[in-house]
Amino acid sequence: MTTSKLIKGATGDWEVVIGMEVHAQVTSKSKLFSGASTEFGGAPNSHVSLVDAAMPGMLPVINEECVRQAVRTGLGLKAKINLRSVFDRKNYFYPDLPQGYQISQYKQPVVGEGEVVVDLDSGEAVSIGIERLHLEQDAGKSVHDRHPSMSAVDLNRSGVALMEIVSKPDLRSSEEAMAFLTKLRSILRYLGTCDGDMEKGSLRADVNVSVRRPGEPFGTRCEIKNMNSIRFIGQAIEHEARRQIEIIEDGGTIDQETRLFDPGKGETRSMRSKEEAHDYRYFPDPDLLPLELSEDMVGTLQAALPELPDEKKTRFIRELGLSAYDASHLVAERDTADYFEAVANGRDAKLAANWVINELNGRLNKDGHDIVSSPVSAAQLGGILDLIGDKTISGKIAKDLFEIIWTEGGDPREVVKARGMAQVTDLSAIGGIVDDLVAKNPDKVEQAKANPKAMMWFVGQVMKASGGKASPQAVNDLLKTKLGL
Amino acid sequence: MTELTTLTLAEARDRLRKKELSSAELTAAHVSAIEKARSLNAFVLETPEQATAMAEASDARLAKGEGGPLEGIPLAIKDLFCTKGVRTTACSHILDNFVPTYESTVTSQLWRDGAVMLGKTNNDEFAMGSSNETSYFGPVQSPWRRKGLNAPLVPGGSSGGSAAAVAAQLCLGATATDTGGSIRQPAAFTGTVGIKPTYGRCSRWGIVAFASSLDQAGPMAKTVRDAAIMLRSMAGPDAKDTTCVDLPVPEYEAAIGRSVKGLRIGIPKEYRLDGMPAEIEKIWQQGREWLKAAGAELVDVSLPHTKYALPAYYIVAPAEASSNLARYDGVRYGLRVDGKDITGMYEATRAAGFGGEVRRRVMIGTYVLSAGYYDAYYLRAQKVRTLIKRDFEQCFAQGVHAMLTPATPSASFGIGEKGGADPVEMYLNDVFTVTVNMAGLPGIAVPAGSDAQGLPLGLQLIGRPFDEETLFALGEVIEQAAGRFVAQPWW
Repeated sequence: MTTSKLIKGATGDWEVVIGMEVHAQVTSKSKLFSGASTEFGGAPNSHVSLVDAAMPGMLPVINEECVRQAVRTGLGLKAKINLRSVFDRKNYFYPDLPQGYQISQYKQPVVGEGEVVVDLDSGEAVSIGIERLHLEQDAGKSVHDRHPSMSAVDLNRSGVALMEIVSKPDLRSSEEAMAFLTKLRSILRYLGTCDGDMEKGSLRADVNVSVRRPGEPFGTRCEIKNMNSIRFIGQAIEHEARRQIEIIEDGGTIDQETRLFDPGKGETRSMRSKEEAHDYRYFPDPDLLPLELSEDMVGTLQAALPELPDEKKTRFIRELGLSAYDASHLVAERDTADYFEAVANGRDAKLAANWVINELNGRLNKDGHDIVSSPVSAAQLGGILDLIGDKTISGKIAKDLFEIIWTEGGDPREVVKARGMAQVTDLSAIGGIVDDLVAKNPDKVEQAKANPKAMMWFVGQVMKASGGKASPQAVNDLLKTKLGL
Repeated sequence: MTELTTLTLAEARDRLRKKELSSAELTAAHVSAIEKARSLNAFVLETPEQATAMAEASDARLAKGEGGPLEGIPLAIKDLFCTKGVRTTACSHILDNFVPTYESTVTSQLWRDGAVMLGKTNNDEFAMGSSNETSYFGPVQSPWRRKGLNAPLVPGGSSGGSAAAVAAQLCLGATATDTGGSIRQPAAFTGTVGIKPTYGRCSRWGIVAFASSLDQAGPMAKTVRDAAIMLRSMAGPDAKDTTCVDLPVPEYEAAIGRSVKGLRIGIPKEYRLDGMPAEIEKIWQQGREWLKAAGAELVDVSLPHTKYALPAYYIVAPAEASSNLARYDGVRYGLRVDGKDITGMYEATRAAGFGGEVRRRVMIGTYVLSAGYYDAYYLRAQKVRTLIKRDFEQCFAQGVHAMLTPATPSASFGIGEKGGADPVEMYLNDVFTVTVNMAGLPGIAVPAGSDAQGLPLGLQLIGRPFDEETLFALGEVIEQAAGRFVAQPWW
């Protein structure tokens, strides 16, 4: 299994080693150290307080809710919560950084080591270590295309709370890296601590990539900055690993540097070398006291934590008898899991899983809906399953019914009644059709007698003649009798 | 009219309350005194219209028998305090014409209590200096001169404008800030009283930051009582400054006249420096005798890490300053000097906007925080700071209530006389005061005598955390014994 992760080079196999620094925007109404709104999409510089603009004499005041969100996330990552942590200043000059420093946590982060269990498509589960999680301020945005010679600055994001979540270098393939970020995103969304919206930049990742011969020490790494698409992360890692392997195989060495991924070209390019790296001159922010948390506070947050995807998955498998594959699929998004549980409640869980995963998800994807705004509610889908369960309709009719409910709405049972969609189990109504078919198709009768599979032709014809409403089981039984099978 | 400016704050307050005097008269007398004293350069901005309007409003309240503890009292404000709608520059070119849209917590509390603003006083640029010579608006002249000489002297710094304004009786009191001695040293140089309260006693919100872990606001006043009255209004909790302590503010004035009998006063031996002028040693001795006579008990104590305080201070303060001053980048407010690109703009703006001393400290601070030097400088200085704090704690734990030391190693000196070739010569002015900031303790400077040339000399009392009351009680004992030191007008 592990060998499949290796990359074949010209001179043998290589192993890629990946670590990630994920920046997740904390879900909170106001910023990390000011009361300004965090709402996305405001007019430029409309969500900026005196603190965010770094006016003289302004002081940061910690937003307690952001701290709670970080602790919740730490607990969700099964990580150590540091009851004492320190805010530091990371000093550098940039127009979208008004203070001239970012308030971050350097040596003493609020959350220490934890782990994320990642399920791979192969069914294998790998545990990826979390090194730390710390709170920090986001920067503003520089806009360069509004004026021919001037840049503009929008400080709406300046000071918004981010969690930087750093993984250990435990990832060994682009697939693992993508699965890790997917899983991490899922956990954050379950916790409600980050909306995970990568298009809006709520979740970004810096990806550290190096290659080595299996069993050898880590190679020199390159950091691919600011990735905001899981798919692009996969492409970037693939390209970067190949690039590094080619260099080493050609006798070269890897320079430690920061690189950017160009999605258009599908390749990474150098942004700055280690020599050009900033000296951030970290030191404890004297405007802020160390962050002290009580055991009680952490305990209260722990007790109020929602069921997370791993626990939910285990429960779906153990208590509802779902396959690991179906369970993984259903728990990836909390809304999907909630929908599924509403449908499965008091019904056949496997049937419910099938319908949610296949019919519902397929239809949602086709129309670009998410499950929260699904035109077919969990109650309606449950109603459809009830009609299958009591044999009022067949599975096939159920799909037609689903489509009607999707477009027109309504109570499934009433729709079936109103449209006469109930399946026919009264054999007298279809007996004539069968007799007629048998009489008109002696060759087919012979074939069926020779090979019982050929009976399916009769089944198909009967179903067609009944408008799909005949009960397949009843038709089967009747045909067997009439054909003498 | 002129004699109105000779009143103390407490006297003026009492006369206002008795309606023997109006704030309008009192304020007008000070506005006129300020105009006549422009040669001192104590004020960088006079706000006479605002003063008049505030005085009239105060008179209206006083007429109704209303009004706060400072109702109608004209004060001067150090230019480090942001004042809403009134230019605030920290006496730096880089904040040219910066007009805040907000009022610092400390000044807003003064206005809440009825005080009247006369204007903004001069200070060393960003409070970096001990002589008020680094101000972009030029040096302040002390109202004091050596006997029979006309050579201009410094009022001390960084709160030199506030000190000169109080000493020249241009206001009834002034706000100031103290990072390493910026209240106490100018108070000692000008024969005025200045107290730096415990770190966290006054909110720092809205005060232009120099070194956040050391900066504290405090009053400069004509008497110990006046300082106590002002601090009562300036101090207090503030949710906008998380380093500001949530403790009730005592009625400081009640400590004036309180018996000091039985108080144990530590005399730290490390404050006796080689080559210290005999006059300093003499007033220190005098101070000990006065306190003893008042019933205090003198004990010899040791603060063994004192000698490391000044070098450690000149690492911690510039380190914080280098980061605090990063926001003055020409992007959002203040001075901007164009460059060929963003880096060029930063460099041109900061080179033009900051004076030499500020540039020096930003560079020192940047250096001591740099990778490879952080442990050797900044981290070590922080450890020294912990040791200095522990020195004090151990003395206080042994029952010492306060300590008595000289405030400065010399009397005032001439403008341009010190630090020209070697900045350390200037930094040595803070040798007795920086320890107090490093330990976060309260310290008061009280005039105690004069040198042979007639210049005032001060003593410093260092207190336990949040025990400013004991300092006021002890300070008043010295004041009663030494008398007041009033500069004779020549300006």
